[in-house]
Amino acid sequence: MALENEKEQLQLDRQADTRSVLSICGNWNIVHGIPATDSVMKELAQPLRSQQLFLNADRLTGWDSSLLSFLTKLQSRCAAEEIELVTDGLPDGIRRLLALASAVPKEEETQAREETVALLPRVGKAAVAQMNAALEMLGFLGDAVVAFLKLCQGKARFRKSDVFLLLQECGAQALPIVSLISILVGMILAFVSAIQLKMFGAQIFVADLVGIGMTREMGAMMAAIIMAGRTGAAFAAQLGTMTVNEEIDAISTMGFSPIEFLVLPRMLALVLMMPLLCVYADLMGVVGGAIVGVNMPDVTWLQYYEKTRHAVSMTDCGIGLFKSAVFGMLVAISGCLRGMQCGRSASAVGQAATSAVVTGIVLIIVADAIITILCDVIGI
Amino acid sequence: MKKVERNSVLKSFPEAHITVEDLTMAYGDFVIQRDLDFQINRGDIFIIMGGSGCGKSTLLRHLIGLKPPAKGRVRYGDISYWEASPEEREHLRRRIGVLFQSGALISSMTLAENVALPIAEYTTLASDDIRDLVALKLSLVGLAGYEGFYPSEISGGMQKRAGLARAMALDPEILFFDEPSAGLDPISARLLDELILELRDSLETTVVVVTHELASIFAIGNNSVFLDADARTMLATGDPHRLLEESEEPKIRKFLTRGEVA
Repeated sequence: MALENEKEQLQLDRQADTRSVLSICGNWNIVHGIPATDSVMKELAQPLRSQQLFLNADRLTGWDSSLLSFLTKLQSRCAAEEIELVTDGLPDGIRRLLALASAVPKEEETQAREETVALLPRVGKAAVAQMNAALEMLGFLGDAVVAFLKLCQGKARFRKSDVFLLLQECGAQALPIVSLISILVGMILAFVSAIQLKMFGAQIFVADLVGIGMTREMGAMMAAIIMAGRTGAAFAAQLGTMTVNEEIDAISTMGFSPIEFLVLPRMLALVLMMPLLCVYADLMGVVGGAIVGVNMPDVTWLQYYEKTRHAVSMTDCGIGLFKSAVFGMLVAISGCLRGMQCGRSASAVGQAATSAVVTGIVLIIVADAIITILCDVIGI
Repeated sequence: MKKVERNSVLKSFPEAHITVEDLTMAYGDFVIQRDLDFQINRGDIFIIMGGSGCGKSTLLRHLIGLKPPAKGRVRYGDISYWEASPEEREHLRRRIGVLFQSGALISSMTLAENVALPIAEYTTLASDDIRDLVALKLSLVGLAGYEGFYPSEISGGMQKRAGLARAMALDPEILFFDEPSAGLDPISARLLDELILELRDSLETTVVVVTHELASIFAIGNNSVFLDADARTMLATGDPHRLLEESEEPKIRKFLTRGEVA
C-alpha cells in the first residue's frame, strides 16, 4: 500500500549526471502515511552521486503536513549529504512553511536525550535521592512538631472551623465504609478460626479469637488502611491542588505558616478521630464474628457475648487504641507531606495522591509490626 | 492639590522602597538570572518585563519572600528580608499584598472569608466591622454582593478581582501583581490598569507588576526592569517610555515595539 502510494506520489528523473528532478504528484494526505526518504536518497546516490535535486510539483493536486514532513526530512538528508535542494518548483505556500520550519535551529539543550547511565552511578543517584527524600520527610516532621508545640502554647494560627469540618470529614463520614469492612473482616476471622476449631469441637472459642484479633490488631489496622485510602489521598489531593493554584503561596504571603494553617488541623482531626473509628471498627468486627458464630450449632448470642467479654481485656483494647492513634498520625503525615511536595501540574496531583496512599499503608504496616514486637518483648 | 505636591516631591527625591542588590536566582545548580541590581521607588508602578521563561515570576517570588536568593539581597527600606528575624519578616509580609496569576483564592472558603482572612488575623476588629470592611473591599473591585460565593462559582476574571480585594485587605504599602491581564478581556484588563493607577494615586501604594502586555506597560509603568532569558541577567532598568526612546539594546527595542524594529 505504502509502496504503491510512493510510486504514485514520487517520481525521480535523472537529467544529467549530477542533476535529478523529483516530481511530487497526486494528492498527499496524512491518512495515506508519509513516504520514507530512503529510496529517494538511494536512487540519488547511484550510479553517480547527484549534486543537485530539483523539486517539481506540477502534478501535485493536494497536500497537507505529510508533504511538509517528507520535505523537511528530505531537506535535512540532502544537507547532510551535501546535495543542493532546489525548491523553486514548489508552490509558494509549501516553500514558506518549509522556510518557517527550518528558520529556528534545533535547540541543543531541549534535545538532550536521557543518557544510558552505568549501573553504579545509577545506584548512587538513587541512594542520594532516597536520602534527600528521607531528609525532606524529617524536615516536614520537624515543622509539624514545631506547629504542634505552638498549638500547645495557643500560638498556632489556623481556622477553628476548618478543624470541625475536617473532624466531620474523617470521622462521621467514614462510618459507613468502616462498618462494612469491619463486619466483613470479623466474619472472615470467624470463618477461618471456625474451620480449625471445629476439629476440636471448640467452636465457642471463635468468640475469643475474633474479639482479641479485632481489638488488638485488625480493628486499628483496617480503620487505618481505609483512612489512608480515603482521607490520606484526599489530603494529598487537596494540598496538591492548592499548590497548583498558588493558594499555598498566597497563604504564605499573607503571613500564615502553611504547616500551621493546613497541615496541623488535618493531623489533629485524624489523630482525634482515628481512635474513635478504631473503637467503632472493633465493635463492628465483633458483631461480624458473632453473626458467623451464632449460626454454628450450640452457640447462642448470649454465650458469644459472655465469651467475648471474658476474652477481651482492657490491655487488648488499649493496645489497639494506641496503635490507631499512631496510625492516624502516620496517615495524616504521609497525606500532607505528599500534598505539600506536589509539583505544579495536574499529573503531579495524581502522583501525590497515589504516593500518599502507598506511603501511608507502608508506614502503617511497618509501625504495626514494630508495636506488635515491642508488645511481645514487654509481655503485654 | 496636596497630592500633586507630594508626587512632585517624590519625583525629585525618589526614595527607595525595595532595593535588589546583586541578586542571583537559581533552582539548584540551574541559574535563572544573575547580577540583578535595581531599585523600586516609593510610589512607583514598577514593571518586571521580559520574554516568556526569562524568570519574571521567579523574580516576583524572590521579592515577596517565597524563595530565598542563591546570592545577593532583597531589601525593604533598610531591612534585608532574608537576614531579618522571623518577627521582622512577618511584619514586612503584613505590609505587602500579592495578586497571584489565577487569583489564588482559597477554594474551601467564600469570597468574604478569603478577604476577611488577613483582616481577622492582623487586626482586633469586631466581626461586624470586619464584615463591613470586606464588603467595602469587594465593592471596590466591583464584586459587591458576591460575599457568599465560593471561588469555583465565579468566573476567572472575577476570581482575579476578588484576589485583588484580598491583596488590598490591609491597605498594603506594596502591591504585587503577577500577570494581571492574563486571561482577561481587553476591557477588563484596561479597567484593572485604571484600578492600579487609582490605587497608586489615592493610597500612594507602590505597585510591582509582572507583565509582558505592552499596552499595560506603557499605560501604567513609570519604572521597570527588563530581564533577558539568553543573557540570564537584566539588560536595563528605568522608565519604559525612556527605554523605548533611548535604549540602544536591540532586544529591548524589539520587545517594546513588538518586534517591528529589529
